[in-house]
Amino acid sequence: MINVLEYLDHTAADYPQKTAFADENTALTFGELHDGARAIGSFLCGHGIYKKPVVVFMPKSPQTILAFLGVISAGCFYVPIDEEMPAQRITLIFEQLQPEAVICDSASKDSIKEYGFSGEKLLYDEMTGTPADEDALAYVRKNAIDTDPVYVVFTSGSTGIPKGVVACHRSVIDYIEVLTEVLRIDGDTVFGLQVPLYVDACLKEVYATLKFGATTWMIPKQLFMFPVRLVEFMNRHRINTVCWVVSALTIISGLGAFKKAVPEHLRTIAFGSEVFPIRQFNLWKQYVPGARYINLYGPTEATGMSCWFEVDRDFALDEPIPIGQPFKNTDIFLLDENDRPVTNGGQGEICIRGTSLAMGYYSAFEKTGQVFVQNPLNKSYPELIYRTGDIARYNERKELVFISRKDNQIKHMGQRIELGEIEIAANAVNAVSGACCIFDNEKKKIVLFYTGDMDEALVSQALRDRLPRYMMPNLIFKRQSMPYTSNGKLDRIALKQQYAAQSKSK
Amino acid sequence: MEALVRILTDLHPDVDFMTTDKLVDSKILDSFDIVTIIAEVDNEYDVAIPAEEIIPENFNSAKSLYALIKRLMEEDD
Repeated sequence: MINVLEYLDHTAADYPQKTAFADENTALTFGELHDGARAIGSFLCGHGIYKKPVVVFMPKSPQTILAFLGVISAGCFYVPIDEEMPAQRITLIFEQLQPEAVICDSASKDSIKEYGFSGEKLLYDEMTGTPADEDALAYVRKNAIDTDPVYVVFTSGSTGIPKGVVACHRSVIDYIEVLTEVLRIDGDTVFGLQVPLYVDACLKEVYATLKFGATTWMIPKQLFMFPVRLVEFMNRHRINTVCWVVSALTIISGLGAFKKAVPEHLRTIAFGSEVFPIRQFNLWKQYVPGARYINLYGPTEATGMSCWFEVDRDFALDEPIPIGQPFKNTDIFLLDENDRPVTNGGQGEICIRGTSLAMGYYSAFEKTGQVFVQNPLNKSYPELIYRTGDIARYNERKELVFISRKDNQIKHMGQRIELGEIEIAANAVNAVSGACCIFDNEKKKIVLFYTGDMDEALVSQALRDRLPRYMMPNLIFKRQSMPYTSNGKLDRIALKQQYAAQSKSK
Repeated sequence: MEALVRILTDLHPDVDFMTTDKLVDSKILDSFDIVTIIAEVDNEYDVAIPAEEIIPENFNSAKSLYALIKRLMEEDD
């Protein structure tokens, strides 16, 4: 297998009438996807657009996935952009990418000017009416190789400049083959898609659906505000498999929805991106006891997810759920500060080796070279690894346990401290609903922010029982809410900026 | 009502909560806001909003949210 479109070729032949992707307005069958993708592919071929990035600037919908597949049919690679992304980020992406062509719908063709794009705007509705150009499509496919890119997705860089991760067919195929085995995907799978289409997290639903002739329901973002309605939606569409960020799952458990409605069909619950607070996790297990619970971990730079752990036992409130073991055909090892392998339960940076490695960052050779590096353990021939910047250790069961980001590790009063461990301790305090810890480098202070129904003094007291003295936060602030990034992760950069602005004004 | 408007204004200082009645429909509130509002209402009014009341109709305006809080307080008595 060379090209991800081979998944669609087979399922469109086997189940042309079956619904592949649906939302509240549209349902597209595998047959319609196949025909539509070939129409868009033929349109792009006819306009001489080949081996180029093509932006798909459309909202989360079945049509957007059809557009992705159309771009690949033309031998190009798609770059998803959605108006739900911050405006500044869209502008920066256009600036970096300088795309020749952008596929728009009727709404985004007007708003695109605001982001400084002046190239060619292609209208989705016009493209899908193009007659299939068999010769052109066959020529493209015959010359395609599996290291050609499929997409570029942008991740937020630590400096605020987004980085475009380029991934090829071989990496996506490798990922989908091993992932679907672990999640036990088949033709009866009905996904409920929570994540946006502009992150690599949606590879699971999109390509697993194409491979097995499964069905994906796109859940409207607004439903994640109204937990009972969300569960009713899942039951109505018989959703049996979800791969969600933790905060989407805790909306249901944390707001008490289980007392009114329980997901009836769920058999696989995969989660990731954040630490699952055990109290919330236990609620899920109590109300949905028959499902498999799988923790996933992986950076965009290694195409989707790299590690998985199926929850097989109970966890204490202050114990993190492990990230477990790498997927088949992926190797993970830990390196210490001197690039020596870590053993015996010590901490080290997660390094990844294998077909899953992305090609690098788009138009950013220097940045690519900083993290896609020669394997320091191999002195004999060229071999790239990806350095994640994430710190982990092996527990006594030989399972990998995520600890924190490397830049979240500080030295304070001569001790090495993981800010993540302070957060875990704070989260274990009953009345605390969320916690985030930063380090004020200038004043050398550990600063803890939390949300919850408890005063600062009491939180401080509760932490004293849980943390060694040198790890105690020097400053503790209660907040109404935490800032989150568009991927649903705690936004530490925003928190740091707010803190810096505050301490300046004082 | 004042305390409720203060809670909402802390989340979105740029919104006039006395007049807006499409907080959900025009996508002003997101899921993190809902979680925060529910926690703050519990703090301020000692009212736990049950899951079945977390619906768009009750969150579209400060007025409808306040009506919900009052109703829950009365039911509690």
